[in-house]
Amino acid sequence: MKSLLLGNEALAQGSIDAGLSGVYAYPGTPSTEITEYIQKSKLAQELKIHTTWSVNEKTAMEAALGMSYVGKRSMVVMKHVGLNVASDVFMNMAVSGINGGLVVVVADDPSMHSSQNEQDSRFYGKFAMIPILEPSSQQEAYDVMSYAFDLSEDVKLPVLLRMVTRLSHSRAGIKVKQRRDQNEIDLPRDTSRFALLPSNARKQFDLLVSKKDTLVHCSETSNLNSLRLSENRNTGIIACGLAYNYLMENIGEDLSFYSILKISQYPLPKEKIQALYRHCDKIIVMEEGYPIVEELLHNYFDENDKIKGRLSGDLPRTGELNPNIVGRALGLFQNSTEPVPSVVTPRPPQLCDGCGHTDLFNTINEVIREIGDKNVFGDIGCYALGALPPMNTVNTLIDMGASITMAKGAADAGMDNAIAVIGDSTFTHSGMTGLLDAVYENSPITVIISDNSAVAMTGAQESTAVGRLHKICLGLGVHPDHLKTIVPLKKNHDENVEVLRNELKYKGVSVIISERPCVRLSRDQKEVIKAKIAALN
Amino acid sequence: MKTNIILSGVGGQGILTIAAVLDTAALSEDLFIKQSEVHGMSQRGGAVQSHVRISDKEIFSDLIPEGQADLILSVEPMELLRYMPFLKKDGWLVTDSESFINTSNYPDKKELFNQIKKHPNHVIVDATEIAKKIGNSKAANMVLLGAASAIIPLSEDSLVKAIKELFQHKSERIIKLNLEAFAEGKKVAEGITDLAASK
Repeated sequence: MKSLLLGNEALAQGSIDAGLSGVYAYPGTPSTEITEYIQKSKLAQELKIHTTWSVNEKTAMEAALGMSYVGKRSMVVMKHVGLNVASDVFMNMAVSGINGGLVVVVADDPSMHSSQNEQDSRFYGKFAMIPILEPSSQQEAYDVMSYAFDLSEDVKLPVLLRMVTRLSHSRAGIKVKQRRDQNEIDLPRDTSRFALLPSNARKQFDLLVSKKDTLVHCSETSNLNSLRLSENRNTGIIACGLAYNYLMENIGEDLSFYSILKISQYPLPKEKIQALYRHCDKIIVMEEGYPIVEELLHNYFDENDKIKGRLSGDLPRTGELNPNIVGRALGLFQNSTEPVPSVVTPRPPQLCDGCGHTDLFNTINEVIREIGDKNVFGDIGCYALGALPPMNTVNTLIDMGASITMAKGAADAGMDNAIAVIGDSTFTHSGMTGLLDAVYENSPITVIISDNSAVAMTGAQESTAVGRLHKICLGLGVHPDHLKTIVPLKKNHDENVEVLRNELKYKGVSVIISERPCVRLSRDQKEVIKAKIAALN
Repeated sequence: MKTNIILSGVGGQGILTIAAVLDTAALSEDLFIKQSEVHGMSQRGGAVQSHVRISDKEIFSDLIPEGQADLILSVEPMELLRYMPFLKKDGWLVTDSESFINTSNYPDKKELFNQIKKHPNHVIVDATEIAKKIGNSKAANMVLLGAASAIIPLSEDSLVKAIKELFQHKSERIIKLNLEAFAEGKKVAEGITDLAASK
């Protein structure tokens, strides 16, 4: 029987079966289940595949590169904005090349279901000049992994594998194949390509640029890119990744009417595109994310009217595709639908009942009444919901760690009483360096680390901060007199307000650690955390 | 044969358990299945839905097109109405009568039920009430699945087996409770959904 797997899980099983030796990742929707699946896999445990979470996406990718350096197959997994964090190593390992196969899995979130932007990772792949694979179905997500690792080792480059939310979080029955063994340790013959001093880097960069023809040839001959020309020359469709499914949903068995180029591998197969272009009067480009392929087509052919897509307005410029949007772009009949009755009201996400963040926000809100508003800089995590009613505590939410550094910048500009609110895991991910900036100048800010001992938003994964926050803050140079701990409970409210009030009076760096475990942690998880803290002390 | 089902509710109410039963049963009947779900921020007390598609042929889209759902099965009445654009003309609505109120502007319940009753094919079940009587309000989702089972093209046998399989790691009592919930739900909807079953 087939196994029923999420797109993310299919990909994860595919990586195990492709001889993976280690996965490195930081949790982030919609990518999290890939790593979790391998962590829970008995087979992966038997095979001693590395699965522990990393502190952030950059450290994860560097570790994956280290594993590749010694010749093993490694994978690094993140959400789209995580690739911004890892972009330094990402761009440079394209120049150095890899040794053992290395696949960078990035899950994009078009329509921003759980994200602050809908950036398209294919841009990064193109920027780094490496191959990009974009599966269109769960089975393809499974199947593509062995090809991804083989391709990576063949061309000696990391391969970017792009997922999108709907594929990541949808299940289907999957057929699995025989597993390939892991690579043996095999150090690179010449390590100079990994030492990117200018003289080496120039050579390597020329080599990277010269690989373009090979990569295009791979795309041209790949099973992942298939061209089917129809006798009807009216409409040609380029369907990238998941868009292919929405297309097939609409045209069903009526294949004779359209010429279709399915794209799941980049750089684009130029010959196939030219063949389609010459064959058809009109080309519609369907792609999830940014109009990257559509733009490239304009560059190739310089004939604006013939190319339709998100830029021409035939498909919406922003947001994810769906079968209805794709059907409309094809001018197909759509069933009339009932509207949502006006009686229905929105139900936005909110903090859980009994969440410690709520009590913390109540404390901050009381002080805001005294000091004035717009002073609270927020960060990424459940507590970002503090920017919404009923709390309305937090004013900003930009990227991992920005609360501390934005508060510092505001204080530098003369803001009194700048407050940063950051979670424990976000703090170790990207807050520590910013705190050192603030300590270095003794900036007048109050940093509140809302410590719930988990990466809560993505499903309460382990936090690397557990049991270490005090020592980290002291180590970074926070003055012991201004490192406070509170427990955000209703009964402590007055006491906590007093602590915050006092620290705001201090014109230097204060850190208040607000400690209360996430209500979503199971009893077992809490026991593990307790044991960890005990082992540290 | 292709059946499109939208499951709806509020994050944490257990629609994914219903989805898992449908998935398992469909696979055991060697059918194709696609089932989308919501992870991440919306799961925190927000509106969530799952698209379940079952077919004897390959399924392409993970999402059900608007106007093509044969059934909207909701564990909460307002969340049922949120997905009305997906309903097929002769599709079915099945919902728990019990509201989950975590917003300050939750609508008037009477008005909600009036809207649901406007549609000819509807089943409103006191699923939470029934589940409580059986022994655990959490089994409301299995009551609802039972109530909708005549509209779902999977055999009772494979649905029951799927429930047993999914709860196999729990106690005997919990398995029994969920099976009873399923049977009670089926009983409640008998007569109403016969029309669909006879098709």
